[in-house]
Amino acid sequence: MGRKLDPANKVKRGPGRKAKKQQGAETELAKFFTEGDHDVLYFKISCRKIYLHVFVYRFTDENSKWLKPAKRKRKLDEPESEDDSDEHWEEEDEEEEDQEQQLQKRGGKDQGKKNMEKLGIEEEEDNDDDDDDDDDDDDNDDDDEMVDDYGTKDDGSGEELLPIERAAKKEKKLKKTMALDEDDDDEEDDDDDDDDDEDAKASDSDMDEQDTVQANIDEMDTFRLPGAEEREKEGLLPLDLKTIHQRIKDNVDVLCNFSTKREPGKDRSDYLSLLKKDLCTYYSYNTFLIQKLMDLFPLSELVDFLEANEIHRPVTIRTNTLKTRRRDLAQALINRGVNLDPLGKWSKVGLVIYDSSVPIGATPEYLAGHYMLQGASSFLPVMALSPQEGESVLDMSSAPGGKTTYIAQLMRNTGVIVANDANAERLKSVVGNIHRLGVTNTVVCNYDGRQFPKVMGGFDRVLLDAPCSGTGVIAKDPAVKTSKDEADIQRSAHLQKELILSAIDSVNADSPSGGYLIYCTCSIMVEENEWVVDYALKKRNVKLVPTGLDFGNEGFTRFKERRFHPTLRLTRRFYPHSHNMDGFFVAKLKKFSNIIPTVPAEKETPEATTVSESPDEKPTKSDKTKNIVPKKAGSTQANVQANGTSAKKTADTKPKGKKDIPAGPKKAKIPKMDGKTKKGSEAKKPAVKTADDTKPLKAEKKEGSRFEKKQGKKRKTPREAKNRMGKNKFRKLKHMLQKQERE
Amino acid sequence: MRPLTDEETKTMFEKLSKYIGENIKLLVDRPDGTYCFRLHNDRVYYMSEKILKLATNISRDKLVSVGTCFGKFTKTQKFRLHITALDFLAPYAKFKVWVKPGAEQSFLYGNHVLKSGLGRITENTNQYQGVVVYSMADVPLGFGVAAKSTQECRRVDPMAIVVFHQADVGEFIRSEDTLT
Repeated sequence: MGRKLDPANKVKRGPGRKAKKQQGAETELAKFFTEGDHDVLYFKISCRKIYLHVFVYRFTDENSKWLKPAKRKRKLDEPESEDDSDEHWEEEDEEEEDQEQQLQKRGGKDQGKKNMEKLGIEEEEDNDDDDDDDDDDDDNDDDDEMVDDYGTKDDGSGEELLPIERAAKKEKKLKKTMALDEDDDDEEDDDDDDDDDEDAKASDSDMDEQDTVQANIDEMDTFRLPGAEEREKEGLLPLDLKTIHQRIKDNVDVLCNFSTKREPGKDRSDYLSLLKKDLCTYYSYNTFLIQKLMDLFPLSELVDFLEANEIHRPVTIRTNTLKTRRRDLAQALINRGVNLDPLGKWSKVGLVIYDSSVPIGATPEYLAGHYMLQGASSFLPVMALSPQEGESVLDMSSAPGGKTTYIAQLMRNTGVIVANDANAERLKSVVGNIHRLGVTNTVVCNYDGRQFPKVMGGFDRVLLDAPCSGTGVIAKDPAVKTSKDEADIQRSAHLQKELILSAIDSVNADSPSGGYLIYCTCSIMVEENEWVVDYALKKRNVKLVPTGLDFGNEGFTRFKERRFHPTLRLTRRFYPHSHNMDGFFVAKLKKFSNIIPTVPAEKETPEATTVSESPDEKPTKSDKTKNIVPKKAGSTQANVQANGTSAKKTADTKPKGKKDIPAGPKKAKIPKMDGKTKKGSEAKKPAVKTADDTKPLKAEKKEGSRFEKKQGKKRKTPREAKNRMGKNKFRKLKHMLQKQERE
Repeated sequence: MRPLTDEETKTMFEKLSKYIGENIKLLVDRPDGTYCFRLHNDRVYYMSEKILKLATNISRDKLVSVGTCFGKFTKTQKFRLHITALDFLAPYAKFKVWVKPGAEQSFLYGNHVLKSGLGRITENTNQYQGVVVYSMADVPLGFGVAAKSTQECRRVDPMAIVVFHQADVGEFIRSEDTLT
């Protein structure tokens, strides 16, 4: 026989435990109906004999979660349904789940648990195999009390909630559905994005996604303000960040495959501006910095970089080879309970600390000076510098002394190191570290780095770890995220340019083993790195050489609208997300001539003399105009002197000889404003400058004699000494005055 | 920076000889060049002559430290030896004291060494003799003054002080500011 369909069917059970009869067609039909159509509540009146089927129908659209049909008492036997009613023996599970869901709201959790307990307890009592029946029993017990309260039952255990809590819950449900909508849309977007075949659909869904995202932004914005407080109460704030994070991911995804994944109405800048805003909110940066980072990194790397800045880099230490060996130190630390590993193939003295049961900065080995806590990126400039034994080295920005002591250990305490820092407070740590690590060949002083060649010069090697904006070490100092702006970067860049010129002037190009300068920063900004090095290349007789570091990204040779010298490829950049060390930039420069090219010179390399001739002509023409007022000669000369930070104004040798310009005779009569240009007039070197030159030169041991020899020839001409005009100028003036008299 | 006067030199060498005896001449005449002592801001610095030449270029107010600081002269012209001199005292030390691992930390915090923490002590140490304190792994930890002679150390009870603390490497962290 076929099964009968009778919604009101009550299948009577036979006597005995196992007398379950074949169930009616309703059970089959149940499989076709979706769960969400309706709830079915069973009420058991008396012990298993009479079942009451109450069909509680819900709305079938998306609002089903929070919209419930009007409360009404139902007659116990009437289904009142449009659908075929089912006898849902199996659906009791779902029903129970629904019940649980409803019960699991704030106030109702306890009752839910109570129900479950009751279910558990009464299972035993009924002694049925069919758990559903047991559940029915339990439901019945509860529901007997709550037969009338359909509405509150849906909401949860209404007895315990105050009306305001109920309202809050409703609000929460509302938000959930909105969020669900958005999530659904995002999910749709992802799914559709993956489907390459359906471009049109993809674009549609994108548009939907974008629209819904935009719409949701608006909704979120308008909801955010009033809803924020409530949301905080309900602890939904993390959900907000998640959606932003998801949005970022989607946005980057779209931007990476823009032509395929974009939606027609919107252009790239819309996506970018949304991404920028999201990144600023999610990672707490200011817009300036995010804009800079977006210029630096491709979008896929950008997110990695930002993520890497949220976590700390691993702690690393450097073995002090003056006192111990790496493996002895590693052994001693392991015995103390430190978990460590060698840093990498590129370093023979580095160790990375994973975790430690003792404070790594206070072990007896640390106090005895066997190692130093130092970031991995700080090893690099000293490795690139590779100081040799017996050399004289200058460290212009040495605090807190990690690099200085590394230099000393590489030199085995021979030679001399001058450790300088402009900040007297931080110098104490330099002194402390030097003494602790047993370095004996160091002199510590407290000058501003820009004074350097005046104080002392002629070093074999110089290390300049310039003060910078710190954008590479955001992980150590999150304040950088919000505190840096354009002015800060420009200020840093200006200072760095001055420092690098001083550093270059302090190197002795003719040193037998050296003549190198290492310029490094812990920043990733092009303005502070490549631009400064490029500036140095233009201003001084230096060239870039390979750093000797075989890993790391190459420096930029062009960036946005700027073009740098092609050798900038030889510099190295390091990033937290790709090398797992702080952001860093290292450049190694070799000075090939001690001569300082004069202002306003272009590149002074021998190949470039022809190029530099023409720009040189321009300033001399401007000089002519200046010469009308001879009294200003002194001041302009002073200015020009100040332009080079060191007073090492040198004689011109070869380049000058090449520069016999056709305008020579004229120029010979005109006093040179910057007499240091190579344009002819050897006789015109003003004596003023020689006086200035010899003073600081006396301080230098090596260069002094050479300069004095050459500058001995220069004498201030009697005309210049008296600050007189040239003959032609005088004639011109005379003519002018005569004309005026006539008029 | 100026060279030490005779009295200052005498005071300082007396102090040093308490720890290293007549090995002081090893400090001055070294195989890798002549080393000298100079006074700057009441502190005595030990440096080689090459460094000395360079350091003269630096003006007095800007010079912070040269070579190694051995100690300072107090206002009453007494010489106080600093922990920074340990690297030069340790290899030439005549009388040494080894401290047990348990008592290492205590000494590094600035406490005296008790008999219970004493591992080894050189023979014939007189009372109030300057000693250098080592850990059992022969790592120099600091220096002090023997409170008891070796013979007495054997007899005395475990809570008695055997070495008075004068300087220890923990000072690099505790009093970084006073190093300069």
